[in-house]
Amino acid sequence: MPETLRARPEKHQPWLDASLRPYIHIDAVTKQFGEFRAVDRTTLEIHRGELFCLLGASGCGKTTLLRMLAGFEHPTSGRILIDGQDMTGVPAYDRPVNMMFQNYALFPHMSVEQNVAYGLKQDGVRKPELKQRVGEALEMVQLGPWAKRKPHQLSGGQRQRVALARSLVKRPKVLLLDEPLAALDKKLRERTQFELMNIQEELGVTFVVVTHDQEEAMTLSTRMAVMERGQVVQVGTPSEIYEFPATRFTADFIGSINLIEGRVKRVEAAGVLVAAPQLGCDLEVTGATQVREGQSVCVAIRPEKIAVAPNAEGAGPEEGAPNAVRGGARNSVRGTVRDVAYLGDSSVFRVDVGEGFLIEVTQPNLLRSLERKVDWDDAVVLTWRADAGLILTE
Amino acid sequence: MTATAGERRKPKGRATALRAPFHALAQRIGLSGRGLVVAVPYFWLIAFFLLPFIIVAKISLSQMIIGRPPFTDFFVWSDAWLPEIQAYLDNYRWLLQDSLYWVAYLNSVKIALISTLFCLLIGYPMAYAIARAKPTVRTLLLLMVILPFWTSFLLRVYAWMGILRNTGVVNNTLTSLGILDQPIQMMNTDFSVYVGIVYTYLPFMILPLYATLEKLDGALLEAAEDLGAKPWKVFLTVTLPLSLPGIVAGSMLVFIPAVGEYVIPELLGGPDTLMIGRVLWDEFFSNRDWPVASAVTIVLILVLVIPLALFQRHQAKVQEREA
Repeated sequence: MPETLRARPEKHQPWLDASLRPYIHIDAVTKQFGEFRAVDRTTLEIHRGELFCLLGASGCGKTTLLRMLAGFEHPTSGRILIDGQDMTGVPAYDRPVNMMFQNYALFPHMSVEQNVAYGLKQDGVRKPELKQRVGEALEMVQLGPWAKRKPHQLSGGQRQRVALARSLVKRPKVLLLDEPLAALDKKLRERTQFELMNIQEELGVTFVVVTHDQEEAMTLSTRMAVMERGQVVQVGTPSEIYEFPATRFTADFIGSINLIEGRVKRVEAAGVLVAAPQLGCDLEVTGATQVREGQSVCVAIRPEKIAVAPNAEGAGPEEGAPNAVRGGARNSVRGTVRDVAYLGDSSVFRVDVGEGFLIEVTQPNLLRSLERKVDWDDAVVLTWRADAGLILTE
Repeated sequence: MTATAGERRKPKGRATALRAPFHALAQRIGLSGRGLVVAVPYFWLIAFFLLPFIIVAKISLSQMIIGRPPFTDFFVWSDAWLPEIQAYLDNYRWLLQDSLYWVAYLNSVKIALISTLFCLLIGYPMAYAIARAKPTVRTLLLLMVILPFWTSFLLRVYAWMGILRNTGVVNNTLTSLGILDQPIQMMNTDFSVYVGIVYTYLPFMILPLYATLEKLDGALLEAAEDLGAKPWKVFLTVTLPLSLPGIVAGSMLVFIPAVGEYVIPELLGGPDTLMIGRVLWDEFFSNRDWPVASAVTIVLILVLVIPLALFQRHQAKVQEREA
């Protein structure tokens, strides 16, 4: 992990404090369904007060892991500790966790109020206290006036808030959320994201969120774990994962990225020089990476870290390195624009840098203009800084 | 493009040509296409339910005579212009006076209620198990529930006679094993009637229960458990209330035919198993008293229909309030 990311003492980052015991400890957990291994020797440490996201494509084992935390599935091997207590053999109804289900699983035969009160009733909470706590929970999600309604009389967003109130009213140590925003439309999803974050911060409850939506994971989480085929590939803060992906899989899964194959030409003091035959130019990458000369590597560059400019010299291959800009400048390549996608706030360009190898570039649309500076079939020069790229060996 | 359009038009033309006469007829009697569709079930109900009911009701108001038909006419054409109605309430008065009928009604309802309860107690776990079984096993189990329908109902009742009688399978096994000194009297008792009714109507309880339980969202059960409910609490607070429609439907399907059951008490019951179906049979075929038999029928229908209608109305009101 780079030094620059560590030096923020005012922020709540319990995972950096080695003296703190993790609140949830998933210890080498494996879950086998017949021949299929849904979760494979996964170890995770989640701290108190975190909003931790499990991110991955469907079938990566994230939901199985969540269901094991809730107690609906039991690990084939390994164990789960919550607040130092071994959860092996503890049934779901005795665990200090509550879950918000993907489709909310509200009881259709009970009113909003009865739904929220259900968990407290199971604990034998007395009537005056029960009433007060249900009222507070409904107040928190702004559903007071809808207390007597049945779930089918509510909108999707309201149902989601009932589910949230119902799972929080018991003041669980950990709240598990299974795709909490998947059933909402885009605008509502964005608003609810912030509501969720505010509630989490206010109550200080540890949230574990399962999602397949990387944008959701990036906005919500303090830290996240990227999962693939039952294993955790990388754990980190959203910016760590975005800026410093550990593997090609993570780099490709989170956001878009250009992956350029190459071979280490020279290891210099400032960085590494990589020969990339696909680009026809050398790439200079700074930042500490342990590589040998001659090793095959992959250079990953985010599209927004590349600048695109019209090529004043005009297109046309040259001898030797056909696309390299004259003078053999590093991190600079010529190409032709193949696609332009105008997204309003930004534009995405796909630039052919030779033999159909496409580099994706994102540019913010800073100026209000109907004309494009760079358009289809334009000859362009792409440039990026030496610290924009990242060398991936896995 | 034009070729396909032409091909498409052809069958349409034929259909219109076929439909035209029906259309014309329907329009002449003032029926639209929609009205015609609705008319079919109405016709069915009127022809096979309402008309027979009216005929039976008419007979119940007449008096028994020796003759053919064995009851007095309802309309007497003494005047050439207006028929005179001859209705007698004697039959209904008779039903009130003779305690036999009341005892038979009450006993029928009692036997039907207890049988329904047993069907529910036996059928619910079965339906639950089928609904929770793996899809491949589920089809097989459902098939096994329906399988008895493929043999004659009478044959199955006779089979029970073979099982329950003093020299039947159960008694023979128990005596040969030395558990019993002498056979227990099971045939021709109320017990054998209950066995017969519960066995016969069990599928009618299982199928609607299965239909509601199968639709039950498993996530709801998990949510209840997650909120701290132990398994039996989950069942009482979530599964049971949500399967109530199935319980009501199944209970009706068992209770209603069981009240009027004739064959099972006749074949399996004892001489003192009094059920209204047997009384009805005796009045009709032994006494040849059609009017009293008809009155028994009408009262039976009212006893069954009025509570059901009230219940339905109550349900509809509840639903209206919720919507």
